[in-house]
Amino acid sequence: MPESSALPGRLYQAVASTKFWRGVVATVVFIVLWEIVSRTGISRIPPPSAVVLTFGDLMGDPSYWFSWYLSMRRVFLGFFAAMLVGIPLGLAMAVSKAFYGTVFPVFEVLRPIPPLAWVPAAIIFWPTQELSIMFVTFLGAFYAVVINVIDGARAIDVRYYQAARSMGSSGWDIFRRIILPGTVPSIVVGATVGIGIAWAVVVAAEMISGGGSAGSMGGAGGGLGFFIWNSYVGGSYTQIVVGMISIGIAGYISSALLRKLGELATPWLREQ
Amino acid sequence: MNRASLPTYDRPSAAAKAPVSPSPERHKGEIRITDVVKIYGSETASIRAVDNCTFDVPAGKITVVVGPSGCGKTTLLNAIAGFHSITSGTIYLDDALLCGPGRPSAEPGPDRIVVFQNGALFPWKTIIENVAFGPMVQGRLSKKQAFEKGRAMLAEAGLRDLESNYPGEISSGMRRRVEITRALMNDPKVLLLDEPYRALDSLTKSVMHEALLETFDRNQVTIFFITHDLEEAIFLGHRVVIMTTRPCRPKKILTVDIPHPRDYSVLTTKRFREYLDETIAAVHEEALKAFAAGERER
Repeated sequence: MPESSALPGRLYQAVASTKFWRGVVATVVFIVLWEIVSRTGISRIPPPSAVVLTFGDLMGDPSYWFSWYLSMRRVFLGFFAAMLVGIPLGLAMAVSKAFYGTVFPVFEVLRPIPPLAWVPAAIIFWPTQELSIMFVTFLGAFYAVVINVIDGARAIDVRYYQAARSMGSSGWDIFRRIILPGTVPSIVVGATVGIGIAWAVVVAAEMISGGGSAGSMGGAGGGLGFFIWNSYVGGSYTQIVVGMISIGIAGYISSALLRKLGELATPWLREQ
Repeated sequence: MNRASLPTYDRPSAAAKAPVSPSPERHKGEIRITDVVKIYGSETASIRAVDNCTFDVPAGKITVVVGPSGCGKTTLLNAIAGFHSITSGTIYLDDALLCGPGRPSAEPGPDRIVVFQNGALFPWKTIIENVAFGPMVQGRLSKKQAFEKGRAMLAEAGLRDLESNYPGEISSGMRRRVEITRALMNDPKVLLLDEPYRALDSLTKSVMHEALLETFDRNQVTIFFITHDLEEAIFLGHRVVIMTTRPCRPKKILTVDIPHPRDYSVLTTKRFREYLDETIAAVHEEALKAFAAGERER
């Protein structure tokens, strides 16, 4: 294809590819169908044109952005706490048989309990609603992180240990130079899965708990999950859809950020 | 068992040994394996992997151990390296007992470095970080010194311009050469090579062989090399030890009297063919036994 465009080569190639246009066409068809379904009254779902207008209005509304901020904060604080606790815990379980034997049974009993089942207990246990929601997001990410760290550390090939030992490495040195870097790819996987679950959980937790800080910024101060619920209760259907799309965008941004960080943390896995 | 079929051990005479040694200090790294037995498993269900295995790996020479896959030769290598224990017998490195009575397992150490069948360069470290690993963790060199030495060794091995790459970014042939360089950075007495070229295509293999011989000529380190490729064995080895299939012990020990440095023209000489003819029957016999025992390629 001729390089006649002012766009940089790779971008130009991407835009000119069949794959790209297929995606564009599919999206347009989806939106048109959605518009038809709403306009003809087949469903009470608001049409995309109306959603876009509401979106435009909300862009200038600070309470909408405050919902973003609250949900983001809960997801990231819960997620970071999960990494902070989960990574050392997973590593310790992978390294020490005794520790594994002690902790893993408890872990396995608690793990099947869905994080959302913890919401009422969390509200009772933690002094503030904010903490209870964060605790639930923490749980969502925590299990994914721990399981991945254990599996990752255990999957490190024995010959790396043997090579390190014969070159004079032992104990702490092996942990620092072999186990830790060898587990990083699995930590990245665990983090990516974990933050996805954290988003799924935070929305539901906000809906159930009433958003925790409802009232601080009018009715819409409780995070994106509460924003959707509140819109539903208030009969503002276009806002429901805006809330849903907002969560999609927020989740996408979080994963993209983590992917980028993951690439930085594992330069040896870069694609050639 | 039928000891009669074993050829007598051919110890080279002092006179034959003299011209090969460039300096007396180089002559270190002799391994003496005596009556080694390795039994895996419990009392009831045990596998005798190595049985009454006795042979020497002379210092400053290449000794190639040939045997069918799964015959137990890697068990022997792991015992020397200190990765596995032995059931009885002794293994000495020079005058030091590596393992024997009261000491079932040798301590791994930088005097015996293994180059693994599937390669064990750390994927998360760059080439230079891999190469500098040994001297750095042993505290023999600072990071800067280790990197400098590593660069020099890589350049010597013809591996310039790779240092900031990760192992995953270079070819598997290159990886093997980097791994041998990493091993040599530890000034080992012995290099233990466990079928290092098994996964390579035959063209790359021939390049690797010449590179290894060149490295050997430069360093005169003792090499213990495991393979199931007889041609490779005769081409590389001063001494070729053909193993019986499980349990593993020497069936035939051959001294390959082709002077080093060797190159690929050796392969077409009459001498080389004679060595091959002399040993091929023995290897084939063991391969058949291994096949019958279900010990095929694993």
